[in-house]
Amino acid sequence: MSHDWSEVFLGVAEKAVVQTPEEVQRSRGGWLAQLRDGLSKSRKALQQQFASVLFDRFDESLWERIEEALIYADVGVETTVSIVEALEAEADKGAIKDSASLVAELRRITAEHFCQADTRIDVAHSPAVILMVGVNGTGKTTTIGKIAWHLKELGREPLLVAGDTFRAAAIEQLVEWGRRVGCEVVHHERGGDPGAVVYDGIAAAEARKADVVIIDTAGRLHTQVNLMKELEKVRRVIDKRLPGAPHESLLSIDATTGQNGLIQARMFKQAVELTGVVITKMDGTAKGGIALAVSHELDLPIKLIGTGERLESLQPFDAADFAALLFDDSLGHRV
Amino acid sequence: MFDSLSDKLQTAFDGLKRQGKLTDKDVERAAREIRLALLEADVNFKVVKQFVDTVKERALGAEVLESLTPAQQFIKIVSEELTALMGSATTKLTFSPRPPTLIMMVGLQGSGKTTACGKLANFLLAQGKSPGLVAGDVYRPAAIDQLKTLGQQLGVPVYDEGDQVDPVDIAKHGVKWAQDKGRDVLIIDTAGRLHIDEKLMDELVRIRHAVKPHNILLVLDAMTGQDAVNVALQFQEQVQFDGVVLTKMDGDARGGAALSVRAVTGKPIKFASSGEKLDSFEYFYPDRVASRILGMGDVLTLIEKAERTIDEKKARELEQRLRKSSFTFDDFLEQIQQVRKMGSISSILGMIPGIPSGKLKGMQVDEKAFDKIQAVIFSMTPEERGHPELISGSRRRRIAAGSGTDIHTINQLLTQFKQVQKMMKQLGSGRVPKNPFQMFGNSS
Repeated sequence: MSHDWSEVFLGVAEKAVVQTPEEVQRSRGGWLAQLRDGLSKSRKALQQQFASVLFDRFDESLWERIEEALIYADVGVETTVSIVEALEAEADKGAIKDSASLVAELRRITAEHFCQADTRIDVAHSPAVILMVGVNGTGKTTTIGKIAWHLKELGREPLLVAGDTFRAAAIEQLVEWGRRVGCEVVHHERGGDPGAVVYDGIAAAEARKADVVIIDTAGRLHTQVNLMKELEKVRRVIDKRLPGAPHESLLSIDATTGQNGLIQARMFKQAVELTGVVITKMDGTAKGGIALAVSHELDLPIKLIGTGERLESLQPFDAADFAALLFDDSLGHRV
Repeated sequence: MFDSLSDKLQTAFDGLKRQGKLTDKDVERAAREIRLALLEADVNFKVVKQFVDTVKERALGAEVLESLTPAQQFIKIVSEELTALMGSATTKLTFSPRPPTLIMMVGLQGSGKTTACGKLANFLLAQGKSPGLVAGDVYRPAAIDQLKTLGQQLGVPVYDEGDQVDPVDIAKHGVKWAQDKGRDVLIIDTAGRLHIDEKLMDELVRIRHAVKPHNILLVLDAMTGQDAVNVALQFQEQVQFDGVVLTKMDGDARGGAALSVRAVTGKPIKFASSGEKLDSFEYFYPDRVASRILGMGDVLTLIEKAERTIDEKKARELEQRLRKSSFTFDDFLEQIQQVRKMGSISSILGMIPGIPSGKLKGMQVDEKAFDKIQAVIFSMTPEERGHPELISGSRRRRIAAGSGTDIHTINQLLTQFKQVQKMMKQLGSGRVPKNPFQMFGNSS
């Protein structure tokens, strides 16, 4: 494990062995390195890219290149413009003297564009309820398996609820994750009422003293009005059964998603009062800049990053790391 | 969410009169709007750059056709270039003269491969083929179950060997199985994989060498962002796919990724898949997505259709009357008839920018309502048609009897007519209503 996961969850007791700052630093480098390893080996650091640029003056083409880097990362027009304007303002103040300070400022401003709310996952309830939502194929079920595994590692008792009663074999998929993690999975028959299985799931958690209930839901496009209504209902059922729950409603967004991610997040936020976003499949070449757009424009914290198929391939979110990764090689495409 | 591009262009060209050439400044301003629209639609920025340059070059100094406004002229150029880039014709599958025809489905995780396999099988069933499915995704938990469930729903047999066998062997045995079972098309599902996962990409190459599929289809999520280009190039380089299945088209993503993929790989988009139902799978029509990307409906088709159908002279006469605001039931009738000549009302509505397709879905246009309106107007005397204010209670009863309707319908039509009159006055004064057809939706 590359992280102290007790810091990721709110309400999980700190482990006896606390990592030293050096260890934390090393593990940070660990996950960045891990990500980079998966990527093309030919990439160059951003700074080197800029080092090759003559820095005698700031001209339009420099801002344009930065704009393109952001657009290329799927950050979207609005947030890109906001970042570049902030950067230009810094340049006007004389804060940018060379390529090193340009990169540093760019990373700082970008990191600050993320929603600054608490990125921890609130499991300080008993039972705590986490609702997982998102469009089809964004990795909800996989993410649930990983969260459950980490909770289990921290000595908590997760319980999974198969709220996706629609997709063929979705229940089997969750049951398989439950088997790998070693936790219980509450499910009904395929085609059943998601509200009913969710209700039973919370009851089962209470009866069996499970600490964290993680609810899977069917993937749905945010444009499907009836399915979004169904999701609202699932949320109401949870709240009725356990007032105050769900304590976390997480939206999973695929890192390869483009600007449609913004609309998705807006619609899901409306339907279930999202508390945060999980950005999945960050082990590909996609930069996941849509996470920045969503976080900035909709004021939602990014809480987790999915980086692969394995149980442990889930990382806490760190704005500075993310910002660094966002620019890692994209400017290289232009040179 | 997005303003329609044609609205933006309209604004960019505001103040410009019909005649004349497109100037440098106009083109620059419009090009900026196009650039933003394409970027917001997730078209790769390099493709955007190239595209905008081409359009600018063509638009500069282009004569504005007399029948079009500068904005429309520009849209026409953009639309033509876009369609050219997307490829103009639909491309179909290659069927082997010696069955079974093999189709291998590849793509990233979560792009919708397994669902697309089921839908493609269903599509082939409808064409009279007898497809079979091969469960080659041995990695994702329950992927095999998912394919089996789909096969069961469709009555299509599924070949699997569990999840402990090399997918290459499963594919090979699958082909043999299809021959024995007399299946003439075999669809091979594969595990979703990252395009940079060398081991898994190599597995696809091995499957390709082992069974030599006649079609390799890359399944691509319509919501994919800038990375679509990397994905497509990697898959092309290593697996050499023949075409693309664009999935999740029922969302509101613009699908700019399709344009990028087409531009960088030259491979056609073959199918569009939308919706949860197994029958929502069809051949891909490039021009439809071209207009979707720009969010401008099919304004050009509408322009062309209108030009073809509406008699110039009659239109001018109508315009004269509009200016005098003497719009009568005769004009109304003529309007309805001309509009109907262009096709069904719902298809025309779909072409009007500013009406999102989502809204249209819930809106049932009752074509019969127009028959009714015509019948009512036919039951009026010429005098009544010219002077609707004459239509009193007793006349309403007569018209209702004559048209086989009731007083309620007549009242409703008279109210609608007043609205149209009002709208036409606005048209005459140059103010275009947002949705001129809204009064025909659901009201009857």
